Amino acid sequence: MTVESTAARKPRRSSGTKRAAGAANAAAKPAAATAQTLDAVPQLVQLLTPEGDRVDNAENAEFAPFVADITTEDLRGLYRDMVMTRRFDGEATALQRQGELGLWASLLGQEAAQIGSGRALNDEDYVFPTYREHGVAWCRGVDPTNLLGMFRGVNHGGWDPNLNNFHLYTIVIGSQTLHATGYAMGVAKDGADSAVIAYFGDGASSQGDVAEAFTFSAVYNSPVVFFCQNNQWAISEPTERQMRVPLYQRAQGFGFPGVRVDGNDVLACLAVTRWALDRARRGEGPTLVEAFTYRMGAHTTSDDPTKYRRDEETAAWEAKDPILRLKAHLLATGGADEAFFTELEAESEAMGKRVREAVRAMPDPDTMAIFENVYADGHALVDEERAQFAAYLASFEEGH
Amino acid sequence: MAVEKMSIAKALNESLRKALEQDPKVLIMGEDVGKLGGVFRITDGLQKDFGEERVIDTPLAESGIVGTAIGLALRGYRPVVEIQFDGFVFPAYDQIVTQLAKMHARALGKVKMPVVVRIPYAGGIGAVEHHSESPEALFAHVPGLKVVSPSNASDAYWMLQQAILSDDPVIFFEPKRRYWDKGEVDFDAIPGELHKARVSREGSDVTLAAYGPMVKVCLEAAAAAAEEGKSVEVLDLRSMSPVDFDGIQASVEKTRRLVVVHEAPVFLGVGAEIAARITERCFYHLEAPVLRVGGFHAPYPPARLEDEYLPGLDRVLDAVDRSLAY
Ligand SMILES: Cc1ncc(C[n+]2csc(CCOP(=O)(O)OP(=O)(O)O)c2C)c(N)n1
Repeated sequence: MTVESTAARKPRRSSGTKRAAGAANAAAKPAAATAQTLDAVPQLVQLLTPEGDRVDNAENAEFAPFVADITTEDLRGLYRDMVMTRRFDGEATALQRQGELGLWASLLGQEAAQIGSGRALNDEDYVFPTYREHGVAWCRGVDPTNLLGMFRGVNHGGWDPNLNNFHLYTIVIGSQTLHATGYAMGVAKDGADSAVIAYFGDGASSQGDVAEAFTFSAVYNSPVVFFCQNNQWAISEPTERQMRVPLYQRAQGFGFPGVRVDGNDVLACLAVTRWALDRARRGEGPTLVEAFTYRMGAHTTSDDPTKYRRDEETAAWEAKDPILRLKAHLLATGGADEAFFTELEAESEAMGKRVREAVRAMPDPDTMAIFENVYADGHALVDEERAQFAAYLASFEEGH
Repeated sequence: MAVEKMSIAKALNESLRKALEQDPKVLIMGEDVGKLGGVFRITDGLQKDFGEERVIDTPLAESGIVGTAIGLALRGYRPVVEIQFDGFVFPAYDQIVTQLAKMHARALGKVKMPVVVRIPYAGGIGAVEHHSESPEALFAHVPGLKVVSPSNASDAYWMLQQAILSDDPVIFFEPKRRYWDKGEVDFDAIPGELHKARVSREGSDVTLAAYGPMVKVCLEAAAAAAEEGKSVEVLDLRSMSPVDFDGIQASVEKTRRLVVVHEAPVFLGVGAEIAARITERCFYHLEAPVLRVGGFHAPYPPARLEDEYLPGLDRVLDAVDRSLAY
């Protein structure tokens, strides 16, 4: 499955971070790693049950080696990531209720999908998120307060995408899957040892752009992972309104593998994403990962899920909570003690406070920012309108 | 229930309800239009009463929504599709511009395209990007499409009725920041033809021509100007394609001054076309050049700047003063 462009690629790193080591383990067994063929798609990859027990079965056998290196300390790290992300998300929801934010898209319930996949990435990998990837942003080291600017209405993005290889949030659903594919095409051309990951929702999978991204990535064998968080709903529309076959199976028709992973199992998400990224880096092209998860809250703070969703459904998913699951595991295995949880509680509270204060202190943009960065080069019409508007505003100050 | 006071949102809902009742071929399609009743609740309760075969939640694919509406129209249906927000019409733009707009002409007039594309548009609700844009000029520029926008509850009700009855594709722009404004709807009396402008306030010194969300601002400006002794006429254009140039001309021949106001960027906007045509038609009547007030050649700004970006009372009055100063 090698193509010219990938043959020129640098060999992947065989040592370094623990993250790379996990993948290297599996790479040492190429037969197993490539055994994932189009007709052998697993149903649901799970490594931790909702009760927090480790599972070993045929479905996860191919992926488990990718987290063989994960230590107890790493598990505590993943737990911390999820708790901090949920705390941040909760704070943002509260800030919206207090009128500090115009809107908020909560990730409540999707922490494992985001932290698992986010922690699978190497620094050089590039992320194309939607508008809900706060946990992935956390993994990339994006200052959480930066994420709030666009929801507060002071900017349309708020961070330099190249600082953390974390692209701006994309609101038009599905668009970014094509950007990710193109970026991955560039990565392949450059022979770089990195991969690209594109996030999108189950609803977005209906967009033509997503189908086109699948087509392009397949024919150019691009190193991109399509990470779909199937949270069961697209505002009020259930997944049945988007598809008649399980989403991960769609990849087959495009000629690349699709995997469905338990999106509430952080370890499984980490393993499957590492596996997919590994394939990408080895020149084996795109993968579709469907993280089967649930949107615990409303679609956004503007939405009213009571109009379309049943309480029993939400309750059933609460029992699969990604954070409680890892906590149960840590407690059962002696991986963490009460002191750990208490300290983390305090740490997350402090972060919540910092976010709250930072948002309240966030200044409104200067009016003239309207005309900033419309073009990289100058533009006569923008210059003219800027001057006219400045003169108009000044006329008030002069007391006309 | 001949005359009733209601919000624009409710008037649109009543209008859709009536259309569904009157013609079994009318269908409602869009994202979240069913159980949720649309994100603005314009289709509230319609699926409950008319069923999933008439009020159809679609997959999240705008090209798919409009493309299949074209096919349904070819089969004799009259789809009324909802695009959730202005900024999300562009995945469907291809279908609207290359297919919907041209089908009738290409089929030698043998095929009709009674498709209505409803789009909540324009700003003022403090939303994130792609939720506040005014892309009407992009559609008005396309031959084969009709483009309208109501400014009050009565027009919301009646213009939507007329759009659905039209055998041409109609892009129906709904001023979302006015959804909750209330007005009287006379269910028995059609207030005017779909593409006719209406004088919303009589005046003699200068004409303000606007549509959709800016009509209210212009009426407020006219009231404020009146206190300074200026008589401002407000024309609600209602239709951006076709434009009622005769109606504008009649007003300009009376007031001799024209200011066109819209939220959309001024450059190559609807106001530009009106300025050019009215200058041609009324050159010897005009006491001042036709002025335009509108958006800048810049992306719609983040919410915290929209009050400054959107033309408000001051900017409209400033233009009135500039016009009168010639
Ligand atoms: C092209 C486009 N159409 C409509 C919307 C409005 N919209 C925003 S989010 C959303 C639902 C998306 O659902 P899904 O893709 O499943 O992702 P989720 O929000 O559930 O994470 C819709 C319809 C949009 N943002 N872009």
